Amino acid sequence: MDANSPQGSARRRFLCGTGALTTGLATSTGLSALPAVAADTRVASSPPPVGAARAVRLNVNGHDYDLMLEPRVTLLDALREYIGLFGTKKGCDRGQCGACTVLVNDRRINACLALAIAHVGDRIRTVEGLAEGSMLHPVQAAFIEHDGFQCGYCTPGQICSAVAMLAEARAGTVSAATADVRQTLPVELTDAEIRERMSGNICRCGAYVGIVAAVREAAKKA
Amino acid sequence: MRAFDYVQPATIDAAIKTLAERDTVCLAGGTNLLDLMKGNVEQPLRLVDITHLPLNEVEPLADGRMRIGALVRNSDLANHAAVRERYPLLSQALVAGASPQLRNMATVGGNLLQRTRCHYFTDVGFAACNKRKPGSGCAALEGPNRIHAIFGTSEHCIATNPSDMCVALAALDAEIEIRSASGTRRMPIGAFHRLPGTTPERDTELRHGELITAVSLPPSRFAAHSHYLKVRDRASYEFALVSVAMALDVDGDRVRDARIALGGVAPRPWRAHAAERALIGKRLDAATIAAAGRAAREGARPYRDNAFKVELAERAVARAASIAGGLS
Repeated sequence: MDANSPQGSARRRFLCGTGALTTGLATSTGLSALPAVAADTRVASSPPPVGAARAVRLNVNGHDYDLMLEPRVTLLDALREYIGLFGTKKGCDRGQCGACTVLVNDRRINACLALAIAHVGDRIRTVEGLAEGSMLHPVQAAFIEHDGFQCGYCTPGQICSAVAMLAEARAGTVSAATADVRQTLPVELTDAEIRERMSGNICRCGAYVGIVAAVREAAKKA
Repeated sequence: MRAFDYVQPATIDAAIKTLAERDTVCLAGGTNLLDLMKGNVEQPLRLVDITHLPLNEVEPLADGRMRIGALVRNSDLANHAAVRERYPLLSQALVAGASPQLRNMATVGGNLLQRTRCHYFTDVGFAACNKRKPGSGCAALEGPNRIHAIFGTSEHCIATNPSDMCVALAALDAEIEIRSASGTRRMPIGAFHRLPGTTPERDTELRHGELITAVSLPPSRFAAHSHYLKVRDRASYEFALVSVAMALDVDGDRVRDARIALGGVAPRPWRAHAAERALIGKRLDAATIAAAGRAAREGARPYRDNAFKVELAERAVARAASIAGGLS
């Protein structure tokens, strides 16, 4: 790990340590098997196998991570399996649940449908990067205050999604709940608006009442 | 997911040159392509990442048209001030689709090329799918087919086009700009998506080696009286059972012009010409609107589980006309 290791909780230090180890393993052995290459005496002139791993630098939560990744590695798998940031969750892995929501250049996206290699040079922020030291992000605090979860598996995605959603609402973006998109009025985050704007995050426990309450409160404080 | 190579060409010309090679496909937002690759429906050997190419501008043109770059993200397009003001129907359709996260990734060009969400197409466990494997048959004809098409099908394929954006573009007479090594060609959106016929494996008229560079919209007289209505199994983050893009040009109490396109019911955005004729020149009242709804049924051919879509389309057209016309 570089000299800029996050100075967070013990858990975060543990995760970062694990990340360094995972990264090392990934670099030396490759977590995904490469296609077998037939023995060839002219090795020097052979093209590399299709989809060979290559050097990829990702900036996550303000830190650069140098990884060896095959092009097919998703941003979600890079975060979890190569960097060791396990906060971002793999739910459906097909863009249907939102558990993998992260912020890329401050916009929320599904990390499961993004290739890590396509995000070189981007600012990636995960749930681990939201708190300021021991001070929780207001959205995190509101989720705890309002019991915005039961099992907690969708929670990192819900929280990242809510952080971006509040910024979108402040910027006056439209949603399917907007009465008239031609009018450029400030967005009023009614419960209907919160539900629509958070609809990209599924909670299988059905903790939506708490989630809406948490987002409503975070919106007031933002 | 099968291994593939990844290239990031620096120019549009370089991208087009690479796209002409075998087993090579374009990567933009990736929300549909990577999903299909994970399911082994698509197995390209090379992805050409075009997201860094300069195709992300929304430009109002001097002649009153609006040119939208193929890489403009769905969320940015929906929120563009000029789009909200001049083409609210498009903005509405965009935010009716997918989720905020997916709309932040998905592009205009990718949305035009979205593939069907027919279960038999997206799950390689089904042997019969003419779209995925030409000549293998169509499992949807015999299996559960509640979500399938009622217009424009053939005995080879009854899948629907899943896009919301394209339904609005069909009602707004959009034109697609396509580049290849031999130059630029343009085609109306009505000619872009294909009906399945005997070759359902080809969704669109885009040829291998071609790149969608932009969509352009003519000046619209519909901004004051348009509405996108989407009916689905849950309130959000779901594909349409039936959707309606309703665009009216109203003069006093008369309909001067109308464009109506339906989603979720056909292999391509479905222009309801008969329903348009039922409105044009008529007084905009309950009787006219009901007649337009009935006319929208024209040519419907339901299958075992989706006959409900015929009446749903009728009612959705009537309701969308009522809302767009300011009657409800």
